[in-house]
Amino acid sequence: MLVRIGVKKLDDLYSDVPKEFLHKGAYALPDALSEQEVRTYFEALDRLNARMKVFVGAGAYDHYTPAVIPYITQRSEFLTAYTPYQCEISQGTLRYIFEYQSMICELTGMDVSNASLYDGPTAAAEAMKMAVACAKKRTRVLLSRSLLPHILKVVETYAKFHGVELGYIPAPEGQTSLDGLQAGLATGDVAGVIVPEINRYGIVEDHSGFADAVHAAKALLIEYCDPSALAVIKSPSEWGADIAVGDAQSLGLPLCYGGPYIGFMAVKKEYMRKMPGRIVGQTVDQEGRRAFVLTLQAREQHIKREKATSNICSNESLMALWVTIYLSLTGPEGLREVNRLSSDGAHYLYAELLKTGRFEEVFPGKPFLKEFVLKPKEFPGFMQQRLEKAGLFAALDTEEGYVSFCVTEKRTKEEIDQLVHIVKEG
Amino acid sequence: MQYYDKLIFELSKKGRTGYSLPVNKFPPAPELPVELRRETPPDLPEVSEPDVVRHYTNLSQMNFGVDTGFYPLGSCTMKYNPKINEEIAALPGFNGLHPLMHAGLVKGALKVYQELGRALSAITGMEAFTFDPCAGAHGELTGLMIMRQYHLNRGDTARTKVIVPDSAHGTNPASAAVCGLEVVEVKSLADGRIDVEALKPLLDETVAGIMMTNPNTLGLFETRIKEIAKLVHGVGGLLYYDGANMNPLMGMVRPGDMGFDIMHLNLHKTFSTPHGGGGPGAGPVGVAKQLVDCLPDLRVSGFHGNFGILLRAYAYLLMLGRQNLKEVGQYSVLSANYIKESLKDVYKLPIEGVCKHEFVFDGLIDDGGHDGVPGATTLDVAKRLLDYGFHAPTIYFPLLFHQALMIEPTETESKETLDAFIDVMHQIAAEAAEDPSILREAPHRTPIRRPDETAAARNPVLKFKDA
Repeated sequence: MLVRIGVKKLDDLYSDVPKEFLHKGAYALPDALSEQEVRTYFEALDRLNARMKVFVGAGAYDHYTPAVIPYITQRSEFLTAYTPYQCEISQGTLRYIFEYQSMICELTGMDVSNASLYDGPTAAAEAMKMAVACAKKRTRVLLSRSLLPHILKVVETYAKFHGVELGYIPAPEGQTSLDGLQAGLATGDVAGVIVPEINRYGIVEDHSGFADAVHAAKALLIEYCDPSALAVIKSPSEWGADIAVGDAQSLGLPLCYGGPYIGFMAVKKEYMRKMPGRIVGQTVDQEGRRAFVLTLQAREQHIKREKATSNICSNESLMALWVTIYLSLTGPEGLREVNRLSSDGAHYLYAELLKTGRFEEVFPGKPFLKEFVLKPKEFPGFMQQRLEKAGLFAALDTEEGYVSFCVTEKRTKEEIDQLVHIVKEG
Repeated sequence: MQYYDKLIFELSKKGRTGYSLPVNKFPPAPELPVELRRETPPDLPEVSEPDVVRHYTNLSQMNFGVDTGFYPLGSCTMKYNPKINEEIAALPGFNGLHPLMHAGLVKGALKVYQELGRALSAITGMEAFTFDPCAGAHGELTGLMIMRQYHLNRGDTARTKVIVPDSAHGTNPASAAVCGLEVVEVKSLADGRIDVEALKPLLDETVAGIMMTNPNTLGLFETRIKEIAKLVHGVGGLLYYDGANMNPLMGMVRPGDMGFDIMHLNLHKTFSTPHGGGGPGAGPVGVAKQLVDCLPDLRVSGFHGNFGILLRAYAYLLMLGRQNLKEVGQYSVLSANYIKESLKDVYKLPIEGVCKHEFVFDGLIDDGGHDGVPGATTLDVAKRLLDYGFHAPTIYFPLLFHQALMIEPTETESKETLDAFIDVMHQIAAEAAEDPSILREAPHRTPIRRPDETAAARNPVLKFKDA
């Protein structure tokens, strides 16, 4: 090989690199390990992590992953391919993205979905940018104070550098305030409004009147949602949203310490060409067969460079396959049952915790599904430690001084009873 | 590969399911108030588990991955993905960690962050890494935020421009725009490198920094990097390194030593994690010492980045170790130069000389066009390659050449594979010279053939119910 290239040794291939930049000496790295040693090493690291029953949500939900999903997503034809640039040998990827888009549109009721974004918070940030791009002159975006903290932080980071002014809508009674929204819109410079369908307290919000108020101010309504819950709660489209975003991690993705997850975005048709990310469309091939391609690419960075709708290139494609298989397995009824079982378990836990006398209700009577907050009557640290010792990750502190709980279909009655028992013992 | 025409929705039969749940032992929760309830259920497919498995198995068989065959997609570093990495990432103690667990519960995970950070610092010459970015472009954006933050922390608010070479990846200018920076393009010279003379007048105290890929997207080392670094630093700007092309520098050159202040790495390229049909990746960002203070304030993703990808990358790194690091760089460069020298008799090589991990041809020397018969284009060559069981190179990028064909073989391919590719590329060139229509009508043997992309964009059918 060297002969054909016309050099004597491998180092000659770096003759164009100034000598002073060629690294001398050894790199400060560990010695190479065999596969067997690597496995042993990681198994030991793995054991350093606690194995907990998870009773916390706050943006990452411990739903069950059916065995079919890892089995299929590990198929190397899916796993080791890249972006489907060559559509003739990528119909597998293109078809599942098309199915994913279709399913996200079904759940949200929106017209057009993209092929995925990184995670929920970055999807919200993209929606913020999109609202400003659609509005042109109006540059302010309103965020509900009831959005989960990690969403607010990411949107705030993007806003700071992208030059978007943010305003906040108060949520004094555990729900985004319509009066607060109207007050925020009154300044006349609002391009978009981001509100959660299920908020940081686990409460299912009532957005009656929101769309009318937002649209009267010529702004876009962006609903942040948990797609799992959309099987039972009003869809973004039913609330009159222009953009729906959120994290589809709740559709069977492992917790995996926060990623990979998958942000989704779906919009009304009129905003299709302003949407960030890849989009797959259906067409026919030369012989009239149904075929799928990446489409509307004039929005994207590889064509438009600095004028693109976003800088996103690689997204979370394999996690879109994950979600697509999950929704295929559950179907509408399975997803409804997931919600029922989680919600029944959560309400049981809520009632039992109140009976212990150690908590006060924070938002009595407000509707919730799988997640809720309570106010501990005493400092919760000792209780949290005891729960932790028993292998239960629960009662997460919130910024407001509440503790938050979440119950998915994975939590059994026995586990919940154990949790309550530990709390009761004091 | 065989054409398979179903969509999962078309397999749906009312009442069928592939999912089961434990018996519900709880008292029923109160119903949601009517005004919060969904009116019509989502129309998701109703299928059995075997339906699902067969459908997606059939779909997979219309796909080409690194495990299928040679995938010389330029700038994407489609190296082999070791299988042990998948098992490591699936270990239950990692997979089951909730992102809000406190440090005492996630000691193993935190060790991975620390040790991987240390290793990446050693490889790149950076002081510290943040692992929050989920992909390369996300890393670029994060890096540019750090750049701006650094200037702002010093009270320097006038730096609103970022210089980007005309050969840069499209994500570079796009990331700059998302970060609120104005993009100023600097031209390349005929030898493919940045025109340093053209750069000089662009430099002043409004420049936040420059984004560079070195080697650049032509696979050429920016030989005047020292001078460029001096000029940019001289006006108070910073140097950003786009790590998409880091592979040839593995074990050979450290971006930090060349004067770069901020960089990202694509773990799904250089560090062997699978590309997943377009992600998930990971784009950790490294910074020089004086920028470490800018890291903590920036929250660019929900939790701690794509942890599952970091695990895979670290497993890869541990198997490489310090002993084998250099082989990654050197063999990737060897493979690229070998292909380049073997094919330049029939494909136009616009810039002679040694390349790094990739190179760019400017189409066929003899495209077969004559007397009104159109010749074969780069697109045609790419499509013909599919017939021969190879993935196509990156085409029509970089924009410097009209018929760009960007080939990146990586270090994990054997000489036999490279030779087979070279033979086929020669054969394709011969076909073009003789009868370019063979190429123009290619591919002939794939599940579908040249779909109508114009129709797809003109009448968008973007979900099942649009059709």
